[in-house]
Amino acid sequence: MKRDLRFEAVYPNRLEEVWHALTDSRSLADWLMENDFRPLPGHKFHFRSKSRFGMERLIPCEVLVVDEPRLLSWSWGDEGSVVTFRLKAITGGTRLILEHTGLKGVCGLALAWVLSHGWARKIDRRLPAVLARAASEQTRDMGIG
Amino acid sequence: MLLRINGKEMLTPSKQRRRAQRRHESQPAGDVFHAVADPTRRALLDLLAQGEEPVNSLAERFAMSRPAISQHLAILLRTRLVRARRVGRERHYQLQPQPLEEIYDWVALYERFWTNKLSALGEHLRKRS
Repeated sequence: MKRDLRFEAVYPNRLEEVWHALTDSRSLADWLMENDFRPLPGHKFHFRSKSRFGMERLIPCEVLVVDEPRLLSWSWGDEGSVVTFRLKAITGGTRLILEHTGLKGVCGLALAWVLSHGWARKIDRRLPAVLARAASEQTRDMGIG
Repeated sequence: MLLRINGKEMLTPSKQRRRAQRRHESQPAGDVFHAVADPTRRALLDLLAQGEEPVNSLAERFAMSRPAISQHLAILLRTRLVRARRVGRERHYQLQPQPLEEIYDWVALYERFWTNKLSALGEHLRKRS
């Protein structure tokens, strides 16, 4: 049963710069969400986001692994899914692999079930198209496509 | 009749019943996520994906009472994931995969969230360098 999401991106920046953007609280606030993150395993923190209606949403997280400058992971939300970043220096920049794994609960189960079934043809046909579109948008946005 | 407990108005049983009835009627369709979160209901949908079946033969395959299976089918009916039709004296159930698109949309939302964030990271890095 598949219940993981995986993304890959390449940035024309040095590994250390990307690592800094992932582990510095102010940088994280700039590209991800407001937070009280510190790169210390076991550190409990929150991501804060405001919805369109001004409602504040808090995502409780805990730092799991800090293996500078290659691997960083934290738990995400109450359902205990895990977000992992892996970095690798490549020619001309840095490759980042982001995985969001262990999506449980109602959504994760539903996702896992839908992804493991071939019979929902309509979904089957549309899902790869969405993934391809997301991937190409990502590539374009990052100026590597 | 008006009931008050700690200054708060309480509903009398008859009012409660009427309100529940109204709620039930105004419910457009059940929640698809809730419907497929249950393993029995997923198994039912799997069976129905292979073709239409009468309720009795569905119930035979589960270590569960027929009323329990009927209850699950009722939830699936409410979300319009299945449709029932009468064949003689039996009710046959059919799969209707359309509402699963809601789940597909959820996947797309999650995809979009991280895709947007990763491009925001690209933007952040561009500003910095």
